[in-house]
Amino acid sequence: MASFFAMGGYAVYVWPAYIISALVLTAVVVVSLQAHARAKRNVRQLEDDNGDGAESQR
Amino acid sequence: MITFLANPKRFLDFSNAIAPWVCALAVVLLGTGFYWALLATPPDYQQGQSVKIMFVHVPAAYMGIMIYGVMAGASLVGLVFRHPLADVAAKSAAPLGAAFTALALLTGSLWGRPMWGTYWQWGDARLVSELILLFIYLGYIALWNAIDDPARAAKAAAILSLVGAADVPIIHFSVDWWNTLHQPASIIRPGGPTIDKSFLMPLFVMMLGYTMLFAWLLLIRMQTEILERRARSLMMAKGA
Repeated sequence: MASFFAMGGYAVYVWPAYIISALVLTAVVVVSLQAHARAKRNVRQLEDDNGDGAESQR
Repeated sequence: MITFLANPKRFLDFSNAIAPWVCALAVVLLGTGFYWALLATPPDYQQGQSVKIMFVHVPAAYMGIMIYGVMAGASLVGLVFRHPLADVAAKSAAPLGAAFTALALLTGSLWGRPMWGTYWQWGDARLVSELILLFIYLGYIALWNAIDDPARAAKAAAILSLVGAADVPIIHFSVDWWNTLHQPASIIRPGGPTIDKSFLMPLFVMMLGYTMLFAWLLLIRMQTEILERRARSLMMAKGA
């Protein structure tokens, strides 16, 4: 196990590369989902305000 | 298919139907890929365990260029055919391309330090042309934000993305035209890949996983853009 984390002496390069990759990909997913939820909420609210949702798209 | 999806409502229905499947595929591929790359690949006979960085570096670099192709292609379709979803696709793809390109630069730098003895080298054409790619993405995003009218913004951004496309072949061939730090192509090259199968298979799984993640995020972000445009037109209807 310890040798796995040591990465043959390259731990200080290998682990940051993986951690940065995981963090950036996770951040992009979170930001995209948040913006999506916000936009959905906005449209729903505006449609409610405008009265009938007959021409509602979503 | 393309004309079928031109209607935003139909696109929303279609993307809602396929998005969960694309997401599931991305999760499975990335789970398999990360496990395989970290725990089930041997050390390289020259690079030792530092070769593990390849499995996050190469897919990120590939995505940066592939997404640029998607963005420039969609921009061209938007300019020529005025396809309503093309501009939406190009705009939605740009931040994803920028994120992957930044990852390629960061992970490459972390690989370069132990293998080349430096994090960064201004004299290396591959490194510099990749950095320029990031700047083109950022400029493209800034241009969208700088122009209020969506139709004008789409046109200006599309032209920028087509001009910037000149950087893509420079990135690809930089390692052949200039002989500096970055090694020549070892996957997309005449005569086939020169990487051992024990590395190539997990690498392909990672590349496919990154591609599926991009596809899912692109669908989500295009939906968001369509919803935002709908909200804007509802606002205007309300104001009138």
